[in-house]
Amino acid sequence: MISGAEIMVKCLQQENVSVVFGYPGAVICPFFDYLYKTDIKAVLVRQEQNAAHSASGYARALSTVGVCVATSGPGALNMITGIATAYMDSIPLVCITGQVRSDVLGRDVFQEADITGACESFVKHSYLVKDTAELPRIFKEAFHIASTGRPGPVLIDVPVDVQTAEIEEFVYPDKVNIIGYKPSVKGHPMQIKRALEMIAESKRPVICAGGGVLSSGAKPRLREFSEKTGIPVVSTMMGIGVMPSDDPLYVGMLGSHGKKAANVTVHNADLVILCGARVGDRAVASPDQVVEHANVIHIDIDPAEIGKNMKTTVPIVGDMKNVLSQMLKDVDYTTPGEWKQQIESWKAEFAKEPESFEGFVEPKSFIARLSKLVHTKAIMVADVGQNQIWCANNYRIKDGRFFTSGGMGTMGYSVPAAVGAKLARPSRDVVAVCGDGSFQMALPELATIAVEKLNVKIIVMRNTVLGMVHELQDKHYGSRYAVTELEAVPDFVKLAQSYGIDAAFASSNEEAEMYTKQMLRSDKPFVLVCNVHPNTSSI
Amino acid sequence: MKYTLSVLVENHPGVLSKVSGLFSRRAFNIDSLAVGITEDPGISRMTIVADGDEYVIEQLEKQLNKVIPVIKVRTYTEGDYISRELSLIKVNSPTNKRLDIMKIAELMEARIVDVSVNTMTLQFADTVERFETLCDLLKPYGIREIVRTGTVAIEKDSVVSRK
Repeated sequence: MISGAEIMVKCLQQENVSVVFGYPGAVICPFFDYLYKTDIKAVLVRQEQNAAHSASGYARALSTVGVCVATSGPGALNMITGIATAYMDSIPLVCITGQVRSDVLGRDVFQEADITGACESFVKHSYLVKDTAELPRIFKEAFHIASTGRPGPVLIDVPVDVQTAEIEEFVYPDKVNIIGYKPSVKGHPMQIKRALEMIAESKRPVICAGGGVLSSGAKPRLREFSEKTGIPVVSTMMGIGVMPSDDPLYVGMLGSHGKKAANVTVHNADLVILCGARVGDRAVASPDQVVEHANVIHIDIDPAEIGKNMKTTVPIVGDMKNVLSQMLKDVDYTTPGEWKQQIESWKAEFAKEPESFEGFVEPKSFIARLSKLVHTKAIMVADVGQNQIWCANNYRIKDGRFFTSGGMGTMGYSVPAAVGAKLARPSRDVVAVCGDGSFQMALPELATIAVEKLNVKIIVMRNTVLGMVHELQDKHYGSRYAVTELEAVPDFVKLAQSYGIDAAFASSNEEAEMYTKQMLRSDKPFVLVCNVHPNTSSI
Repeated sequence: MKYTLSVLVENHPGVLSKVSGLFSRRAFNIDSLAVGITEDPGISRMTIVADGDEYVIEQLEKQLNKVIPVIKVRTYTEGDYISRELSLIKVNSPTNKRLDIMKIAELMEARIVDVSVNTMTLQFADTVERFETLCDLLKPYGIREIVRTGTVAIEKDSVVSRK
């Protein structure tokens, strides 16, 4: 005989899960109790939202499915923001929640919450398990759904009695068969032919690469395609890292907070090739203006993204890696030199020297410097707020990765995501950059870092205000700083030290650089607090 | 414009809420939604009548396709399908009006399924347009209650068929 809890753990083993991020509670105890007997590592986060963020960082760093676990009611509810964050950025997660006994479901018992109902609009799929015998099929399906097609989080809600009930034997299915779920991965040859014809006719083409390029592992193909054709590349925030920042064909991140050269390029193009990008409002504020003068080829694994925000001339549904390979076979095109020169001159024209303040760290030049100091394969995790924009525009990525909460813009993402990334890739430099606002949302995770002895570096841009909104108030609200002044900012150095984590405070770029070198040499976690002037602009 | 969509779904608990949740989340307007088991007991069919332009209907189709237990989505084109709705209409029928209402029922091919001293209940299975005609005819007598199932639709095989 075998219990539901044991089956759940065995399913995770079958899926080669080696780390789960979680927080216990009464109705998920049977699962954790069995997990304890295995060599799957359970990382105790300090708040359930961070379990999902850590699983997200882990999933992104290893291109695998991240697993997070919480108990019923408040545990599951706390996790929602993390799940929704993963959903918006198409990160594959399997989220397991304990649930109250199935015979009292719906009676509002202690710590009962309808979590499958609450999560409906931001999970790719969800299950409320009613029968222990169904667990193997459900886990198999969940991992399959989370990781294939357009990736995303899948929730499995397991009542405690389903975990304790026993069945005869455990058989893990080797195949899934969901009749309504068969994502198309190969691009339609006719559409690819049309796309290539359209490229051949264009004079001013540009590739707009999004997160889909990275999640499908198409980065090398994209670079090959761009190099072979000379088509310049702009990226969305989720697409940062598709090309090294210093690649001559890379223009920069586009959007309301992006590089002007990238936006001007898109607005002057006669062909925009969208690759795994969903044309979010922050990336392209007025898609209607773009399509007035440009044809659009949209390649995406999710047919619903094509035509959702931007009118498309040639839609191609498929996995980015396959489609680009198909296109690479037959493409014969050279981008006109004038167009490339034009873009080069825009790049030079719109380059901006940041304004610095005496006694403060200038974050843009510091981030640019930081990219030279970290390892080429470093994982950079930016939080949300001004720090995100400083990083997105000034971090010169090489062969590493750039993680951030792009779609949902969830403050407090960077520290727990860095925890997950470091556990996934222990040999890489993992640096989280956050503001003093977002850092305070993730503070409890310092304990996780200390306990797990994780060599995570945290850079806190301390400007004592909620910078992004503060800036907005300057522009649109007559500089009335309604509830954006943090005032009592704690001494982060002492705070970090109280967890046994080394820390330092920098008030100039020279100091910041000195401490960064020291921090990167050490094999221990480190918190570097940079004193930043509250009037430093985002762009 | 009104569109009729036929959606085949796996017959599992929770599927209806997954589909209906989509409408509010994506801000789609629907007129009716009818669900029932098909010839295959593992599969249900939802017939959805939605209001919107081409863009909205395309999005609706695509978003429905993303719901895992959704097997197939089809938008019917005008003239290619037969649609019917079942309705029950309770109407005031004092003794002196009873014959009038029976005449209307006969004319419209509605069945009288319940009669009391003061009311009559008509069962009517036809198109939405004919339902509206029947209502117009019954209104002068005072309609007490209307219960409608929402439209169900099936594709036409023959070209000559009563719409």
